[in-house]
Amino acid sequence: METNDQIIQDITSQEYEFGFITDIEMDRAPVGLNEDTIRFISQKKNEPEWMLNWRLKGYEAFLRQDMPIWQNFKLPHINLQGISYYAAPKTKKKFNSLDEIDPELLATFEKLGIPLNEQKALSGVAVDAVFDSISVATTYKEKLSELGIIFCSFGEAVQEHPELVRKYVGSVVPHSDNIFASLNTAVFSDGSFVYIPKGVRCPMELSTYFRINAENTGQFERTLIIADEGSYVSYLEGCTAPMRDENQLHAAVVELIALEGAEIKYSTVQNWYPGDKEGRGGIYNFVTKRGVCRGANSKISWTQVETGSAITWKYPGVILQGDNSVGEFYSIAVTKNKQIADTGTKMFHIGRNTKSRIISKGISAGHSNNSYRGLVQVGPKAENARNFTQCDSLLLGSECSANTFPYIETKNNTAMVEHEATTSKIGEDQIFYLNQRGINTEKAVALIVNGYVKEVLNQLPMEFAVEAQKLLSITLEGSVG
Amino acid sequence: MLKIKNLHARVEEKQILKGINLVVNAGEVHAIMGPNGSGKSSLASVLAGRENYEVLEGEVDFDGKDLLDMSPEDRAREGLFMAFQYPIEIPGVSNINFLRTALNEIRTYKKLPALDAKQFLRLSKEKQKLVEFDAKLVNRSLNEGFSGGEKKRNEIFQLAMLEPKLSILDETDSGLDIDALRIVASGVNKLRSKDNAFILITHYQRLLEYIVPDFVHVLYNGRIIKSGTKELALELEEKGYDWLKETFQEQTVQL
Repeated sequence: METNDQIIQDITSQEYEFGFITDIEMDRAPVGLNEDTIRFISQKKNEPEWMLNWRLKGYEAFLRQDMPIWQNFKLPHINLQGISYYAAPKTKKKFNSLDEIDPELLATFEKLGIPLNEQKALSGVAVDAVFDSISVATTYKEKLSELGIIFCSFGEAVQEHPELVRKYVGSVVPHSDNIFASLNTAVFSDGSFVYIPKGVRCPMELSTYFRINAENTGQFERTLIIADEGSYVSYLEGCTAPMRDENQLHAAVVELIALEGAEIKYSTVQNWYPGDKEGRGGIYNFVTKRGVCRGANSKISWTQVETGSAITWKYPGVILQGDNSVGEFYSIAVTKNKQIADTGTKMFHIGRNTKSRIISKGISAGHSNNSYRGLVQVGPKAENARNFTQCDSLLLGSECSANTFPYIETKNNTAMVEHEATTSKIGEDQIFYLNQRGINTEKAVALIVNGYVKEVLNQLPMEFAVEAQKLLSITLEGSVG
Repeated sequence: MLKIKNLHARVEEKQILKGINLVVNAGEVHAIMGPNGSGKSSLASVLAGRENYEVLEGEVDFDGKDLLDMSPEDRAREGLFMAFQYPIEIPGVSNINFLRTALNEIRTYKKLPALDAKQFLRLSKEKQKLVEFDAKLVNRSLNEGFSGGEKKRNEIFQLAMLEPKLSILDETDSGLDIDALRIVASGVNKLRSKDNAFILITHYQRLLEYIVPDFVHVLYNGRIIKSGTKELALELEEKGYDWLKETFQEQTVQL
């Protein structure tokens, strides 16, 4: 008896070593998607009820929709029930030192000139020293709050500024916009929130890079930027370093709102893992990005450099609602190996004297497929709307393809819509000319490509442009033999 | 400086060089003339290393090195420059950036330090003046929207910047009006020195009135069939090529 009691005593008093209900287990939602998953996420994030209800509306809309079939590529089967939709931050696999990281990745970091600490952070190595950008970020934050600028994580905004979030979230990309936007609405993890008060010109480029808690919000990110009357902000997303991520599907949503006389400049450099040479294991980047020029004389400008991901599928657009508002889209999309990009923009001209400008530069190499798809829509009240579209394709090699799908719908006969498209190949003659001046073929291609995309690179903030330029040369290394 | 021995080459299935022999020494200017399709521009392309030209036989020695064994960029870095007959346009690449890249590639190859922006601009200004090259064109995209004459003058500007040992001017005079021709010629004359050499490929004697060659060669059917001094060019101007072709055919029959 005594021994039995002893055993029972021991078992009941000791900590259960397999950790049934530890915090770690609790921080991961069960695999699969249903209403309970969404309630779990919302509860974990301590969200108000309106937010939960909105998520549930997104979920309902998600259930009603089928996968799209109009894209110019074969959509691989994605098992949406096989994903865990909530994981507490910092579950990324940590490595102990850079020695454990893929040497190829390190070589790329080296070429990009990324400082060691940042290399560690990017590749998921635990950083022991205090990360430089943390202190930088804190200084920035103080400076910004003096001006009344709010720049925080989406989750923080829901807690601290619920009235702003509630007023604007879903006002540009509705919960039922498309299946991936609906999914994002239902399960989004976190993201960024920016509010620029009336008449304030944000004194620095806002970048997720400087936001400490930006880490690990990758898969279903949500960004909301509001520029109040007469304000200005330039926002940078992403970075040129290749990003490792365990999640294959990325379905983010970005909403921009520019009130009267405001200007938002949104720049993206996307370099997610593109998969191996066969495209296996690469990221599917299915993003919904849209801005609205709500007030008169407002302006929204999208600039993107897309080099990563196995499939990139996105159309950052602008709704030109206010009179005299301006929408711009500048894009460089590079595909190689078996990468696919189906990207472009949508410009909706609603107000009078609205203008849009679209410059798209596609570069395809290897066996890749690069499509520009754009919609320019002029509504009946959009007197004197103007659009200029230029989309150029550059082919490296003969196994790749480039396509252009421009859609133009105009319901106002004062509209002027111009579309120019070119397709060119890097000619042997061009390369030989540069060879003859002492420049080797790799450098020659880089030079030609940089010339080709210059118009778009010029739109990027200076230091970002320099990085993007380097990124392009590295991406295309070995593409022309 | 350049020794071409029994050079045979073809492009695709067509044999275009059938045994070229030519020696060019430092300080010399050689003119290569000949009717259309005789192989003049092909010779320039083979020397510069254009990919679709295949060397079948022969040797080319360039300052003690096997030229044919080098990549096109290494030939350029060793000091071989070709002024193109049809200079290519490269949109978005500024002339000046391109030249700085080229110059520094060549300097790196020669183990010289790269020029910084200031040094480079000073050199560029100096050379622009020397060859009367329009400063506005320096910052434009490489040859994009340049007139035919401006493109040719840009070739001479590049030549001045890169200071090659041997320059091959491939029909640089074609398409030039008389003023442009004079400017191009005076640029070349200023760049001539005892250390460098030029090969002028041309159809017309006209260019040779401005740039006086030390030697004139007539290329016909892939071979040099006659060599002489500048007087030969005048003779050709007067008589055309037919009398040479006849003599050449007789010779071949005798052989």
